[in-house]
Amino acid sequence: MSKVYIALQDNEESRYIVEAIEEDNPDATVIYQPAMIRIENEGHLVIKRETVEEMMGRDWEVMALHVNLITLGGNVDEDEDQLSLTWND
Amino acid sequence: MSNRKLNMKDKYRLLTRDLEWEYSYQDYEEIFKQESFEGIKITDWSKWEDPFRLTMDSYWKYQAEKEKKLYAILDAFAQNNGQQNVADARYVNAIKLFLTGVSPLEYQAYNGFAHVGRQFGGVGARVACQMQSLDELRHVQTQIHAMSHYNKHFDGFQDFAHMHDRVWYLSVPKSFFDDARSAGPFEFMVAIGFSFEYVLTNLLFVPFMSGAAYNGDMATVTFGFSAQSDEARHMTLGLEIIKFMLEQHPDNVPIVQRWINKWLWRGYRVLTLVAMMMDYMLPNKVMSWQESFEVYFEEAAGSLFKDLARYGIEMPNYAADAIAEKEHLSHQAWGIFYNYGHAAAFHTWMPTDQEMDWLSEKYPNTFDKYYRPRYEEWRKMEEAGERFYNPTLPMLCQTCQIPMGFTDMENPTMTSYKQSVYDGERYNFCSTGCKDIFDHEPEKYVQSWLPVHQIYQGNCGGAEMEDVLGEYYKMNLGADNLDFKGSPDEARWNAWHNLEPAEDKLKKAS
Amino acid sequence: MTIEIKTATLEPIRNTFEHTKRRFGDKPASRYQEASYDIAPENNFHYRPMWQPEKLLNDTSRTAVVMEDWYAYKDPRQFYYGTYVQARAKLQEVTESNYAFFNKRGLADRMSDEVKSKIIRCLVPLRHMELGANMNNVLCTAYGTSTVLTQAFLYNGMDRLGIAQYLSRIGLLLDGNSTESLATAKEYWMTDSAWQGLRRYTENTLVLEDWFEVFIAQDVVLDTLVYDLIYRQFDEAITEEGGSDLAMLIEFMQEWHKDNSRWVDATLKSTVAESEHNKELIGRWVAEWQEKAVADLAPLAEIAVGEEAVKASVEVLNKRLAKAGI
Repeated sequence: MSKVYIALQDNEESRYIVEAIEEDNPDATVIYQPAMIRIENEGHLVIKRETVEEMMGRDWEVMALHVNLITLGGNVDEDEDQLSLTWND
Repeated sequence: MSNRKLNMKDKYRLLTRDLEWEYSYQDYEEIFKQESFEGIKITDWSKWEDPFRLTMDSYWKYQAEKEKKLYAILDAFAQNNGQQNVADARYVNAIKLFLTGVSPLEYQAYNGFAHVGRQFGGVGARVACQMQSLDELRHVQTQIHAMSHYNKHFDGFQDFAHMHDRVWYLSVPKSFFDDARSAGPFEFMVAIGFSFEYVLTNLLFVPFMSGAAYNGDMATVTFGFSAQSDEARHMTLGLEIIKFMLEQHPDNVPIVQRWINKWLWRGYRVLTLVAMMMDYMLPNKVMSWQESFEVYFEEAAGSLFKDLARYGIEMPNYAADAIAEKEHLSHQAWGIFYNYGHAAAFHTWMPTDQEMDWLSEKYPNTFDKYYRPRYEEWRKMEEAGERFYNPTLPMLCQTCQIPMGFTDMENPTMTSYKQSVYDGERYNFCSTGCKDIFDHEPEKYVQSWLPVHQIYQGNCGGAEMEDVLGEYYKMNLGADNLDFKGSPDEARWNAWHNLEPAEDKLKKAS
Repeated sequence: MTIEIKTATLEPIRNTFEHTKRRFGDKPASRYQEASYDIAPENNFHYRPMWQPEKLLNDTSRTAVVMEDWYAYKDPRQFYYGTYVQARAKLQEVTESNYAFFNKRGLADRMSDEVKSKIIRCLVPLRHMELGANMNNVLCTAYGTSTVLTQAFLYNGMDRLGIAQYLSRIGLLLDGNSTESLATAKEYWMTDSAWQGLRRYTENTLVLEDWFEVFIAQDVVLDTLVYDLIYRQFDEAITEEGGSDLAMLIEFMQEWHKDNSRWVDATLKSTVAESEHNKELIGRWVAEWQEKAVADLAPLAEIAVGEEAVKASVEVLNKRLAKAGI
């Protein structure tokens, strides 16, 4: 299986998002690079709005990801509640 | 009245797709004149999937947030003379290459995506392309603004658009994008949306942006991170267009495959400049070109093409050639620029001993065997006061327009020359990839405005090289060009940092 | 001694880029100037477009308008990307809170069924016209050559998409997300005799080849008439009939039109002032398209406002044209 990945700017807001990702994707690997946090997983990765809101302590829109996003790899599926990445092999 | 909740997918559909209607006062074919000439068959635009469902109100909101943050940093950079904090002034030459070579490509992307943003029949595809056009405009303008402060303190930034239209090495990126924009809308999307913005993008962006981060260039690294989230949208558009074309009709598959083959190769050739930048122009190295290529192409593209295999798409056929070159590419490229340092609007230089040892370590099979001896020879000439500048002009590949400095991978000391004859004229190529591209559409590639041919034909002023460089290219001779050693950039840098050049130190000691 | 050297050598070696120096003089340039003038490719294109081989990739002859210098324009708003999105984001914030208020207070329920039906018939179908306007302005971005103009066209084009999306949301606010209003509005756009003129006009603009003619037909003639008819006159009329709460939902369009008009007026004026040739050409285009637009809008004007409505809008257009020297 191939790895999907997402990379976020290393700042205050992103750290909450990373916490949420770790909770919803326990097998994912988190790599800290200069100014950037990269998260990888086999085949599938999901970011859930509710979990992020729990971590952040305030309302959050999935679309707000655009402000902190650096890059991603995989087929994207996005709606109001989640964004997921998948490779179909 | 009850207020039903609409989910995001349905709402977005109503706010974009549903705006379209069936034309009856004019024919669809007259409104979308360019949809069928490439042979791509679209049977049902409604099958288009919008991966990112960004309405304009959200676009304005989130992009404005990003701009506020970005410009706050650019202002701080300028106010605090951030240019003084780069690792050393040689680094700045990497971003001179960026502004003159890459920023004008963002401009072409702005133009090209606006074009397809009008020409595609499906409103979903049009809107996604229009948003990308707007993003690309953002990129070119923020790059100009980020580099503006560097322009005030270093040579070589000052006439980037003028140079991009004329200078010999800049015809490599310029012709690449001209090629894409002169193609039809579907080929444009495979060339740029898919091949460049999806498959190859990390090979361009990560080196430049990480290079900036590792070398103290706050302005560029901030621009880079800010632009990258736009890139995520572009990547998903590129992937979507490919899947859409392949799913629409089986007849599209061989056409798309041929385009993927062509554009992966053409894009890869443009990245020669990046390879050289990574291995030779960054005082603090991020990783070698070979390492970058292995992660961002061999591994990443591997996953991607496995996913696309279900449509009948294969790994691009020249990928093997690119992989074979990975241990040679950057050295051959720097060799070319070292030769022609007098004709480039950025400085070149002899790598230090430390840097050569790094290259030996990263390229154990090739550097010491083929390239270190060259550098040692050139260094001897430098020390004798005869720094080598090649007085003749190189032959360029008809397709990629890079000087013919690449070698045969079976025999790395032999220059790779391929040829075709068309309409009584002989054309030269650096590789099988470039020759095949020409052979498939010769009537297109014979039009190339090859800078060296043009100089010899007298179309770039002259007759002396100085006239071409100084007047036609508008280079400031003795400032923009030649070796970093002895340049005004170096002198200013040393003065700022109270560094005396080694020679003066020696003089004082005795 | 050391400090003197430091400050002395921290002086900039140049004030600005060469392209801004050539055009504006040897002094620091504004961000708008640096990123809008003389940055487009102009020479030595490598290949002719396969989709139009008789022209170059960037070609000033894609219009019959002639300018000695296609950069002899200035957007009075001085929009480059950063200032553009920030300006729109400010407007968006106000708009979003207006729409949230309208929704939260159930203001749709306070409107009579007649008023709602009239809005769905006379306003909401404009979402389709706005898509046409989006396509037209993006065409101008693609085929114009100077960034000063092309970027403003792109901002306009994307604004039209935004407006189409707000108009769609108005429908959804009125029908409680049942989506019926949008289906009805589309039906009007496709078959209602009040709308066929406008739909035909729009489709006719979509096949034009000269991008400046598109600018005239869409941004100058049609938009002036439609925006005056609907966002001024219809707004007034519906307010009289008990639809005053609509105002908070269309404030965006009104503010936008004011802002956009500054640019349209400046562009038109500069182009007309350039030469007799341009003046005559543009005059002809204006006359042709104005005649069509007035005829095409009359049925809609009658049901939305009344008999004299079109005439009032024509007066507004004529005043605008006069300002521009036509």
